[in-house]
Amino acid sequence: MSENGLVIVLIAMLGGAIRVSTPFMFVALGETLTEKSGRINLGLEGNLVLGAMVAYAGSYQTGSPWLGVLFAGLAGLVLGAMHGWICKLPKVNDIAVGIAFMSFGTGLAFFFGKPYIQPTAPRLEAIPLGWWSSNPSIAQALQVNPLFLVGIALAVFMWWALANTRWGLIVRMTGDSAASARAMGVSIDLVRLLATAAGGFLAGVGGAFLSLYYPGSWNEGLSSGQGLMAVALVIFARWDPVRCVWAALLFGAAGAIGPSLQSIGISQGYYFFNAAPYILTLFIMIASARSKSAARDVPGELSLAK
Amino acid sequence: MTAIVSAAPVVSPRGLDPRAIASIEAVLIPVGALVASAILFSFFLLALGKSPATFFNLVWVGGFGSAFSIQNTLQRAAPLILTGLAFAIPARIGLTLLGAEGALVLGGFAAAAIAIPMVGGGWPPAIGLPIMAVAAMAVGGLWVGIAGWLRHYRGVNETISSLLLGYIAIAIMNFFVEGALRDPASANKPSTMPIGDAWRVGPIPGTSVHWGLAAGIVLAVLLYILMSRTTFGFAARMTGGNVRAARAQGLPVGALVVVCCAIAGACSGLAGFYEVAAIHGQANASLIAGYGFTGILVAFLARQNPLAVVPVAILFGALDAAGGLVQRRMAMPDATVLVLQGIIFVVLLVSETFYGRIPFLQPKKIGERT
Amino acid sequence: MIRSSINRRSLLKAGAAGLAASALPFGLARAQTPIVLGAVYVGPRDDFGWNQAHAVAMDVLKQVPGVTVIEEENVPETDAVSKSMESMINLDGANLVLATSFGYYKPFVVESAKKYPAVQFRHAAPLWNKDTDPANAGSYFCYLNQAHFVDGVAAGLSSASGKIGFVAAKPIPSVLSNINSVLLGARSVNPNATVQVIFTGEWSLPVREAEAANALIDAGCDVITCHVDGPKVVIETAEGRGVKSCGHNASQAPLAPKGFITGAEYKWETIYKIYADALAKGEALPNFIAGGYHNDMLRNSAYGAGATPEAIKAADAAIEGLKAQKPIYVGPLKDNKGNVVIDGTKDNYDPVLDGMDYLLEGVVGSTT
Repeated sequence: MSENGLVIVLIAMLGGAIRVSTPFMFVALGETLTEKSGRINLGLEGNLVLGAMVAYAGSYQTGSPWLGVLFAGLAGLVLGAMHGWICKLPKVNDIAVGIAFMSFGTGLAFFFGKPYIQPTAPRLEAIPLGWWSSNPSIAQALQVNPLFLVGIALAVFMWWALANTRWGLIVRMTGDSAASARAMGVSIDLVRLLATAAGGFLAGVGGAFLSLYYPGSWNEGLSSGQGLMAVALVIFARWDPVRCVWAALLFGAAGAIGPSLQSIGISQGYYFFNAAPYILTLFIMIASARSKSAARDVPGELSLAK
Repeated sequence: MTAIVSAAPVVSPRGLDPRAIASIEAVLIPVGALVASAILFSFFLLALGKSPATFFNLVWVGGFGSAFSIQNTLQRAAPLILTGLAFAIPARIGLTLLGAEGALVLGGFAAAAIAIPMVGGGWPPAIGLPIMAVAAMAVGGLWVGIAGWLRHYRGVNETISSLLLGYIAIAIMNFFVEGALRDPASANKPSTMPIGDAWRVGPIPGTSVHWGLAAGIVLAVLLYILMSRTTFGFAARMTGGNVRAARAQGLPVGALVVVCCAIAGACSGLAGFYEVAAIHGQANASLIAGYGFTGILVAFLARQNPLAVVPVAILFGALDAAGGLVQRRMAMPDATVLVLQGIIFVVLLVSETFYGRIPFLQPKKIGERT
Repeated sequence: MIRSSINRRSLLKAGAAGLAASALPFGLARAQTPIVLGAVYVGPRDDFGWNQAHAVAMDVLKQVPGVTVIEEENVPETDAVSKSMESMINLDGANLVLATSFGYYKPFVVESAKKYPAVQFRHAAPLWNKDTDPANAGSYFCYLNQAHFVDGVAAGLSSASGKIGFVAAKPIPSVLSNINSVLLGARSVNPNATVQVIFTGEWSLPVREAEAANALIDAGCDVITCHVDGPKVVIETAEGRGVKSCGHNASQAPLAPKGFITGAEYKWETIYKIYADALAKGEALPNFIAGGYHNDMLRNSAYGAGATPEAIKAADAAIEGLKAQKPIYVGPLKDNKGNVVIDGTKDNYDPVLDGMDYLLEGVVGSTT
């Protein structure tokens, strides 16, 4: 690879990280909150897809993309709240309910989304943060959507709030030891219901980013498993909101490797370049999983962790 | 996972022994849940101005209403039994694996790849087909076994590693199918060399359903016996219940984990073998049909019981089979069945909560608070 | 396809001379039996692409008295399609099945045709072989690469850089032929034009399609076109980046009011009209129909704001040429590894082209 080619790939990875990471970030942050409270919602793929459809439909019907984002969040909130309510019933397995909600959410989105595949809805605008650069590729790579910045700010806020606020303490305690939370007079079911509903809201917003910004249209193949992957990234990020952002950025950047290598003429074996995000994540997990801190970060009540 | 492996209730109510109660519940609760889902879905249909009666009649006609419909249902159920088992077995030891899709694809690919020299060398299919099946199971088992090994020996979470391995498996298959192992004649549908009609696994005599169904049922019975009636199964379930206790008892937890994963991968791989040998006659991207992911739901609705996987898979097959008829006769989009499936799944899972809590089946204990 | 011994040219000539000539004495010839036509689609009917093009054209058949059309969408290329077709036959009495996705043919359409000899099957790809395949099966197809050639002509004259970007799903002959035709079209008006291709590896993967379009634009391409199931994302990404675009499968002109040049579209309705007429008269359906511009089976989308006046003029001339069967592949042509792959001039329907596994010199990209 020539030096010039390397620069092109690196700029593309930067752009890819910024363009592609946001849905992963929102779903992963939502899932982190849910899992910190001791529940797993594996079904955020359903929230993501339904959010994408609702956002597009909302933006098309009202003419306001931000209203679309709000509707997407509310749709995700409803799915999340249903998940949270069902899982408080005894003997109901949260992972199973999550998978059921994945197909329920996707089914609803496909069913009601048919009329919105064709039309063009108003989309979210980007903020050109690359105005200072004369290099058009860099300027383009730094076209940033407000939701991307909201996601990063939210991650930092969550990181701070989980560690330093009363609410954060309650959520973490509920997730680490239900017994001690109960002893403190905390309603575990309520905390988990709220955490799952809030997580669902964030995943719905992540879906809005897909349909209203990048790639910016609604169709049935839009997500292709991003929600499921983002839930997995939470484990990768060891339940740390800030690490979720890094994981999402890494995943977005790795996803840009395949297309950008082909764009500079390296296309042999593109199936493996295209699988780069998965291969890279696996290797990093293998390299880092043995560390002691990995085990320490798991919320104690999580069924995955047992 | 604890709830899944919890023992049957030990208390004895009003003269009924616990086993009888468990059997009554095992019928009553799922049937009640199905009825409840049907009612909920009827409201959905009525809101859309469609007739629930027509809909459910079509589901019956399309799923079970004729010899053709029954075979249609069973054929669609066949791969789901195997991928359902692939999720259920590791779940018994406390693992959540999302790797069935990748193992199916890679197993099917391995079967098709190993068949190329055998078909070319004029081997008899009676020898070659078992070799293909073993190769598919071995490769699938190895692939998911990696996730188990990583889990135990490297501490890598198996849910995420199996999902990642699945995506990588698909990349591997695509790489070879569109590259080194591509049949030049498979121009616009890149595939491996076809195994030819002589090598195809035919249908079960008297039906149009392929042998994968029988293999799935046999495996379900064998795995039920393995998990419920053998020391291995007991050790696995104990590990699933409490890893620390299992270790304290001196159980070989690592080996149990890896073997359960390998069994799961082998089930998926076998499903891949039948997709190649009975359906496609070669490996190509059509192997990526989502059976691995549907299998997860099958396993959960079967409460990880290998025997229950069979009827649940048949229910899925029936809904799938009826879906086309609903599209055609009621002018409803294909997603209709997805919505119905979603409702059924959620309600069936909610119904789990009623096990051991149906009032008239419960013993009266003096001084019991409710 | 290489195995297929069919002589497509002779069939096409027979078709041009009158399709009744190729009608065979079996099947639907028993006139006046009500026709139940089952159509199977691989994706959603409103995908803005391949499936929608078929579904829209299917309306022609719905107008024929005595013909009932039943449709099923999102049917995967597995035994599910066999079962869907059989279900249409067994439960709805379908006596004509149109299977509209490439991967349906072998083994599913062939085996179903053998199992149900009284039912007619037609499949949308040029795969039917009269020597080996059942007589109640058949093929119909339009060679879209001719319309992509026109895209190339218009793009070559509308591009400032002469670099055209192509987002492609998979390196299969029908896709490669479209890429190569865009190049040859562009080179016919600008000898320095190049086409850069990125394969996404999947028929529908919107995020990667957008990434690929962005990477091509970053690499200096100022016209973007594609061959994926639903081109909406690619066209909208190009428009958003301020570069021009050419469409695929259906008209994407409304998606790119500033940069749309033209697009390659099927006219399946021409073929479905032939079927409808045959059905209405109670005649047998032709086993093999294929075509392109010369028999009115293709069109290019109405020119958009991105097309320069000279591009429109040259593209219109190219269409006239194709209608007169002017060949696209005029040898000698080398692939982009330097091997001569086409030595003489090839007719636009030469079956050799169906086995295309190379990218021509001037295309940046690799098939593996």
